[in-house]
Amino acid sequence: MSQADQENVHPVTPVYLGRYLLSHLREYGLLFALIAIMLFFQVMTDGTLLKSVNITNLFLQNSYIIIMALGMLIVIVAGHIDLSVGSVMGFIGAFSAVLIVQWELPVALAIPLCLALGALIGAAQGYWVAYWQIPSFIVTLAGMLIFRGASLWLLEGQSVGPFPKEFQALSTGFIPDFMSPGFRDGLLALFEVRRINAGALVVGVASALVVVWLNLRKRQQNVRYGIEEEPTGFFVARNMIVAGALLFVVFKLATFRGLPNVLVTMAVLTVIYAFITERTTIGRRIYAVGGNEKAAKLSGIKTERLTFLAFTNMGMLAALAGLIFAARLNTATPKAGFAVELDVIAAVFIGGASMAGGVGQIIGAVVGAFIMGVMNNGMSIMGIGIDYQQIIKGLVLLAAVVFDVYNKRKRG
Amino acid sequence: MTALLKMQGITKAFPGVKALDNVSLTVNTGEIHALVGENGAGKSTLMKVLSGIYPAGSYIGDIVYDGQPAKLAGIADSEKLGIIIIHQELALVPLLSIAENLFIGNEIAKAGVINWPEVYQRTEVLLKKVGLDEKPATSLGKIGVGKQQLVEIAKALAKDVRLLILDEPTAALQENDSQNLLQLLLELKLHGITSILISHKLNEIRQVADRITVLRDGATVSTLDCHAEHISEDQIVKDMVGRDLSQRYPDHQRQPTDVLMKVKNWNVWHPELSDRQVIREVSFTVRRGEVVGIAGLMGSGRTELAMSLFGKSYGRKISGDIAIGGKAVQCDSVDQAIAAGMAYCTEDRKEMGLILDETIVNNITLANLAAVAHKGVLNNAEEQKVAERFRRAMNIRTPNVFQRVLNLSGGNQQKVVLSKWLFADPQVLILDEPTRGIDVGAKFEIYAIMNELAREGRGVVMISSEMPELLGMCDRIYVMCEGQFVGELDAAEASQERIMSMIVKE
Repeated sequence: MSQADQENVHPVTPVYLGRYLLSHLREYGLLFALIAIMLFFQVMTDGTLLKSVNITNLFLQNSYIIIMALGMLIVIVAGHIDLSVGSVMGFIGAFSAVLIVQWELPVALAIPLCLALGALIGAAQGYWVAYWQIPSFIVTLAGMLIFRGASLWLLEGQSVGPFPKEFQALSTGFIPDFMSPGFRDGLLALFEVRRINAGALVVGVASALVVVWLNLRKRQQNVRYGIEEEPTGFFVARNMIVAGALLFVVFKLATFRGLPNVLVTMAVLTVIYAFITERTTIGRRIYAVGGNEKAAKLSGIKTERLTFLAFTNMGMLAALAGLIFAARLNTATPKAGFAVELDVIAAVFIGGASMAGGVGQIIGAVVGAFIMGVMNNGMSIMGIGIDYQQIIKGLVLLAAVVFDVYNKRKRG
Repeated sequence: MTALLKMQGITKAFPGVKALDNVSLTVNTGEIHALVGENGAGKSTLMKVLSGIYPAGSYIGDIVYDGQPAKLAGIADSEKLGIIIIHQELALVPLLSIAENLFIGNEIAKAGVINWPEVYQRTEVLLKKVGLDEKPATSLGKIGVGKQQLVEIAKALAKDVRLLILDEPTAALQENDSQNLLQLLLELKLHGITSILISHKLNEIRQVADRITVLRDGATVSTLDCHAEHISEDQIVKDMVGRDLSQRYPDHQRQPTDVLMKVKNWNVWHPELSDRQVIREVSFTVRRGEVVGIAGLMGSGRTELAMSLFGKSYGRKISGDIAIGGKAVQCDSVDQAIAAGMAYCTEDRKEMGLILDETIVNNITLANLAAVAHKGVLNNAEEQKVAERFRRAMNIRTPNVFQRVLNLSGGNQQKVVLSKWLFADPQVLILDEPTRGIDVGAKFEIYAIMNELAREGRGVVMISSEMPELLGMCDRIYVMCEGQFVGELDAAEASQERIMSMIVKE
């Protein structure tokens, strides 16, 4: 304790700050990278990137990647990989079109059916990986081929649509303003804008406060345990940046059409999965399985069942992504989800997860997905061809992982 | 008689431990020289120095080979001199043919293109030399271990071996395969090939060796000439183990009470080789407040026994009964074994005991997460309290319990493993080599913890290759050899000589 206390009252010299920053490059690196990339494209696109309409688009375009990255992070932390998510996503989109458009099933029934089928597909793949010890690369490569073919077969090579309004709302809907008109008028006058979704703004401010409060609580806990290393200045700056960015984005959204439904879905899922991975026994056990499967097994952990569940969960999230994607396009096409698994996996690795398993965080995967999304979006606005886009994304992925490995080596 | 090899004053230190301390070894041209000693005596380290695996500069001392000082920077250097080592785990590729294996890394080729006719021709010659009647194209995995051993020797011959080092070559062999191998060594001797034979089987050594060097605790104890005098096995055993008990053990006065755990007729088969029975009809008891030892050489099946008992974590076709506290218990999985009151600290801490990348807290609570969680949600404050408690009780040396286990010393890592299992509150703890790779001070602490566990009325089973440790700590010792219990000794009647002779005479 006394040693740690001393560190806390350490005179904050520039040398010390520099050393601290160097030893925590990874944590800050991701945040800085996202900010740097956003600023870069903000300049390169003459301010288009951070316009209200484009920020809204960013979320609409990338939500399905982020949702799948949540599941993929768990699969990768458990020491596996899932190559089939793009195909499963496309297949479920096709399946939903058959149910809703062709068979005219009610949306409220079709959605749970689709999610259940996704979970079943994940379970079927997880079964071979978990109980037969077949490498996940092979099982899900097979799954990738199978469900790519299955969507073609299901749609008979055609696009099927359009979907009813309530299904489209899954993706393109916005949360209606729930605040009183008087409050809204006050805000309109205050910010001198033409329109504003007051409810969205309230939610945004509240969540920014919650984030800061959570960080503060975490810091207090660490100080109590004597393990807090982050200098106060860094803590304040980091929270101001995060809260500021959150408020900025919400303000932009609120002055356009409000909070997209997908954004809310995505945010809620992110919070749930962050909680599961960090605070629950099942989360802890998944990290243990990925970190050292033999040790986990000899500690009484049912490693096979966890692997099975990780794939089942991944299948369900891929199904959800498929629904969101189909709802956004308002049609199911055989091409949906093509090569999307690569973006999802890249997002998770950019976010700091380790191929060997046992390492990675939900928030990292989400930020990783945003980095990919901003690059996609920014490069498209700039009119960079798909060829260069792929090359640049590949280089960024390689750079992120090399940076990780370099950091690890330096620490020894 | 000229000396082919002279190793003089070899000292090799690893962090925290001196593996070799001023060891000398002289091997004459054309002799079979046996190297014996307990596990950890330094035989393998010495041979790794000789074969260049530990390169010149990483140890102190001189090697003179064939009258020339030798500075070996790696395996390639030693092989150039004709020094070939055959390890206990064979360096062969089961999926390749015998011919391919013989010339692996040493292919007969021009510009990278293999000359197959010559390969096959030379293979046939070499196989004849070692007396192996197999076709060169036969895939290696299809022939037995004994024949694979011969292939290894043929491979050495293909490299023009002058000094052949065999590390426990007969450990995995059946009786007649062993005899074949020994005959081959005698034959090679006639052709002028010198051998160093590392073995625990003293009868085999007496059969073929010209001279014997005994190592103990990293030092040369004696070199015996088999032709000058009659040497008894007892004499060798005495040299192998004859150290005074300078290590100290914490005082203990134990009063074992009733039988806590009873294992009856335990049988286990190898998980892959369907014809190999690894554990045969093992029965034993552990009483409350007792420390029971299991002695035996590496490969005698001690770890396999422990793991098969602990939720069938090893082996197939497991049969037998376990009773704990007088009740028969079902132990088909690890969580059942934990629920029944068992705990098992693995021999290999890093590979199987710990999650190195995780913190001390996360490792300690891993086997009993339910106790620090409410409805599946972890209580971090409670976890930290638990870890702090064990940090103090076990004296784990760390700035805080949020350090990654990776950064701890071996002794402190072992304390984390013990903490993990104590937090699961078991009745019987099986400790597999609990002090391996730990410095003397930490060993003493581990012993003290074991005494405390016994005092609390738990049963402790200690598996160890270090006999003094077993003698110093245990109330009773079972002696294990080739998957069977070959003897049981009370603390009062046990001695290193008695244990060793039970093992080597089996």
